[in-house]
Amino acid sequence: MDKQTKGVLFDPLFNNNPIALQVLGICSALAVTTKLETALVMSIALTIVTAFSNLAISLIRNHIPSSIRIIVQLTIIASLVIITDQILKAFVYDVSKQMSVYVGLIITNCIVMGRAEAYAMANKPGISFLDGVGNGLGYSMVLLAVAVLRELFGSGKLFGVEILKTVNDGGWYTTNGLMVMSPSAFFIIGGMIWALRVAKPAQQEKE
Amino acid sequence: MLEHYLSLLAKSIFVENMALAFFLGMCSFLAVSKKVETAIGLGAAVIFVLAVCVPLNQFIIVSLLKEGALAWIHPSFATVDLTFLSFLVQIGSIAAVVQVVEMAVDRYAPALYNALGVFLPLIAVNCAILGASLFMEQREYSLGEAAVFGVGSGIGWALAIVAFAALREKMRYSNVPEGLRGLGIAFILTGLMAIGFLAFSGIQL
Repeated sequence: MDKQTKGVLFDPLFNNNPIALQVLGICSALAVTTKLETALVMSIALTIVTAFSNLAISLIRNHIPSSIRIIVQLTIIASLVIITDQILKAFVYDVSKQMSVYVGLIITNCIVMGRAEAYAMANKPGISFLDGVGNGLGYSMVLLAVAVLRELFGSGKLFGVEILKTVNDGGWYTTNGLMVMSPSAFFIIGGMIWALRVAKPAQQEKE
Repeated sequence: MLEHYLSLLAKSIFVENMALAFFLGMCSFLAVSKKVETAIGLGAAVIFVLAVCVPLNQFIIVSLLKEGALAWIHPSFATVDLTFLSFLVQIGSIAAVVQVVEMAVDRYAPALYNALGVFLPLIAVNCAILGASLFMEQREYSLGEAAVFGVGSGIGWALAIVAFAALREKMRYSNVPEGLRGLGIAFILTGLMAIGFLAFSGIQL
């Protein structure tokens, strides 16, 4: 793998993370992270959609009239999401039920649109595909980290398997009720951004 | 009947607030909330688009996509179920409505257009709009309920972003740790607001 390819694939993980630095795709990042299982399915679905939408849009980038490019991109993305949704319903029905409307909301997830507009419209198909995978991975990393914290401290479990024995089951761990509620996701991501920016001062915002 | 609609309205504004309970429309919520003025503009645009789009999508789904909805063309269409197309149809109708609204506002109310201008096209990809539409489909609202739900969730979202923008304006005078400035503190602030809105949960009218 040459240097450019590596950069495209791994930069979105820390140096240019779509959630922490570009502020894209936050809606779903917060809503599906109460359990590790839903977060994992969401991550895989989003990575696949981003990668293939980048590939498809990059393939036809020279034929899209710029005045209607948004609707063309939306159509491609929506078709991919429909396929993803049908696959999830067929193979992991329970998880798909739990994720309810958030599968459909991948369509308006700004990461997919943002990468299509910013990268796939100007680059070759192969490298655009990798850019999609890279950004999907950056998103997945944040999503999984938040989900691990929330499920572990909120209900003492990971993937539904008990890790910390809770007081209700005669163990020692008192579950943290805040973690299963929505506001905790904001605090966790806020804290992660803080940690990332202390480690990499170049990302700090000047006001 | 009226009570049912009122209760739905209150529920969609406060209890099930689009921004703070379901995290929808977070991208623009965080990006366009630095000033109260622009937040009010975006909020108004969102209310308007939601009030039009949610009932419109409800009508399209019930009269074109649901199983048996196409029976009027020919009896053999009675078993056709097109609901798998609903994502594509909904995002299409939202994008179209936003486009039409933009042109109409530009033509008939230039002052309003100048105030909302930049935000109107952004709304097509605001997940609060698609989210509300998908909730409407999932909960199988009637046309009347869909209209009330659309207006209510729009008002709720607008309320949240205006309040948030006002808080952020005040934040400028606070001494925030360097790494937390900007995005980081915005997240924590939203979290605190969400806790505030949790107080509404369980309220029944």
